[in-house]
Amino acid sequence: MSDTPNVVTGDLEAPTTEPPPEQGTATSSTADERREMHDVWVAGSEEPAWMRSYTDEGAQEILAAEDEASIELTRGTVVEDDFVYDDPADDDELQILNMGPQHPSTHGVLRLHLELDGETIRRVKPIIGYLHTGMEKTAETLTYMQGSTNVTRMDYLSPMHMELAFSLAVESLLGVEIPERGQAIRVLLTELNRVSSHLVWAATQGTDLGAVSMLIFGLRDREYILQFFEKVTGLRMNHNFIRPGGVAADLPDGWEDDIEQILVKVPQGVSEYEELFNGNPIFRDRTMGVGVITPEECKALGVSGPIARASGIKWDIRKAFPYSGIEKYDFDIPVGKHGDVWDRYLVRMEEIKQSLRIVKQVMETMPSGDYRTLDRKVTPPPRKRIDESMEALIHHFKLFTSGYKVPAGETYTAIESPRGELGMYIVSDGREKPWRMHARTPSFNHVQALPTMMTDSLVADIVATIASCDPVLGDVDR
Amino acid sequence: MSVFAHLQHAFPDVEFETVLDSQQDVAHVHRDQYLDFVAAAKADGFDVFADLCGVDYLRRDPRFEVVLGLLSHEHVRRLRIRVGVPAGDPQIPSITGVFPGANFYEREAYDLYGIVFSGHPDLTRIVLPDEWDGHPLRKDYSVGSVPVRFKESPKAQ
Repeated sequence: MSDTPNVVTGDLEAPTTEPPPEQGTATSSTADERREMHDVWVAGSEEPAWMRSYTDEGAQEILAAEDEASIELTRGTVVEDDFVYDDPADDDELQILNMGPQHPSTHGVLRLHLELDGETIRRVKPIIGYLHTGMEKTAETLTYMQGSTNVTRMDYLSPMHMELAFSLAVESLLGVEIPERGQAIRVLLTELNRVSSHLVWAATQGTDLGAVSMLIFGLRDREYILQFFEKVTGLRMNHNFIRPGGVAADLPDGWEDDIEQILVKVPQGVSEYEELFNGNPIFRDRTMGVGVITPEECKALGVSGPIARASGIKWDIRKAFPYSGIEKYDFDIPVGKHGDVWDRYLVRMEEIKQSLRIVKQVMETMPSGDYRTLDRKVTPPPRKRIDESMEALIHHFKLFTSGYKVPAGETYTAIESPRGELGMYIVSDGREKPWRMHARTPSFNHVQALPTMMTDSLVADIVATIASCDPVLGDVDR
Repeated sequence: MSVFAHLQHAFPDVEFETVLDSQQDVAHVHRDQYLDFVAAAKADGFDVFADLCGVDYLRRDPRFEVVLGLLSHEHVRRLRIRVGVPAGDPQIPSITGVFPGANFYEREAYDLYGIVFSGHPDLTRIVLPDEWDGHPLRKDYSVGSVPVRFKESPKAQ
């Protein structure tokens, strides 16, 4: 079962709001049959035969309780915030359950306030802030030079993307051009980081659904990428490698060998995961039709990235607003159809393969030249020059004591992080420190969308839904 | 600017500008027109909620600003809406009725700047504890420091 029947890939030259084309449904697996049944169930037209034979009585009661308004909500024609809804059920009958912030499947310190009607979730309220460290306030006290050390700690599973978003925002204010080699290194590192982040997602998604060995497999394969990062940047996480003006250093000798190893080992691992998951009845049962979110809800709630694409939105910032020369490389955007946990799994698996495709192209076409801009007002001079040139010494001293000044203005720069749209809004007043730095982080929106995905589903689906959203709480609370 | 022709016609008071590069279109909207403008922008294709945050310009009038980022998949454009909020009356209508995704962002702006979003269904602190005093991202809120006493340090005795 290596095919991915529900995911279509294709070039995304002109994103539209049309529903995704009905492609790639060649197989007539039990999955598709089950899906049709599920669609009937959502539409609420009549009770299908499978429900009588395959579900317990509790689920049928839920079905009977579906009224017109909630069906409209489920289908996404009415977009509302679910957790502020007045519930028709009597409050005395609802059981209040607190999940987290120390629950292992909340991926950090997310707390969910659940109101249960038997096994059914009636209301969910995500409570966040347990990891809030005031990074946006800290950013106002750090120079632009120091800023990337701060932002890299927000989303600790994709630090390269945080650094890139910050650097692109500062560069758009500065108006500096990055040499081609610097851009190619940025693309290489961010795409590898996307793979490593998705591998952590695969590991945790598997563990949360009972495939405990998946945790070891995922972290094992991620290790190849982290070792490469350690070789290039000196650190496994929080690299501070991508900086305004370029990258901190050139790639080490023999980096191609490491990439070649990654390009062999990781796809091997991915095909192992597919073998483990694709035909696994437990995994399929627990993911198909679970945590559904419609394209309309995605747009209104600001849900982006793999979750939005799994719902059928053909949108990727790498295609729509290309950055760092990523438009030069050939890659496809996987798009799902049903917006459930299963489609998100398929989309992310395909994204790993597409990112590795980009990595391969970058390796083959790596241009020579400078890896950072030669503008001495932004990048420090080489060590050798400091001994010979007074000017270089002054530049070096000024850069590391007071930093560089950034022209006054405001900018919003967004990139496609493994989790979705990662935006950086920077207001500069013309000095060395940002007047305001705001990070628009994808996990914040995804945690906000959890009530929409979870309401009226079963308690057992909570962990599947959270895992499929892949929230990073450092990214949520900042 | 042809994408915005309809909006410009409907809201003649709104000032449009393009900053830095062609991808960053900014609309300066007055607080009274804010809600109508956002609804009109949504109807015009800017139907994806991207971002909302507060900014404190301290010595400027109006002191605060709410910056809303919208995205259009249809036009492949972004629109940034900047709304001034005076310090004396830091109130602005909530857009949760138009974009439910603004819910958490408005709570965050309330928490960190003390901007009140009227009509918000649940305007409480989101990242800070409920009993927190003040709004930390305001420019007149000091970063401060907490003295750390180490056991081995002679000063600790």
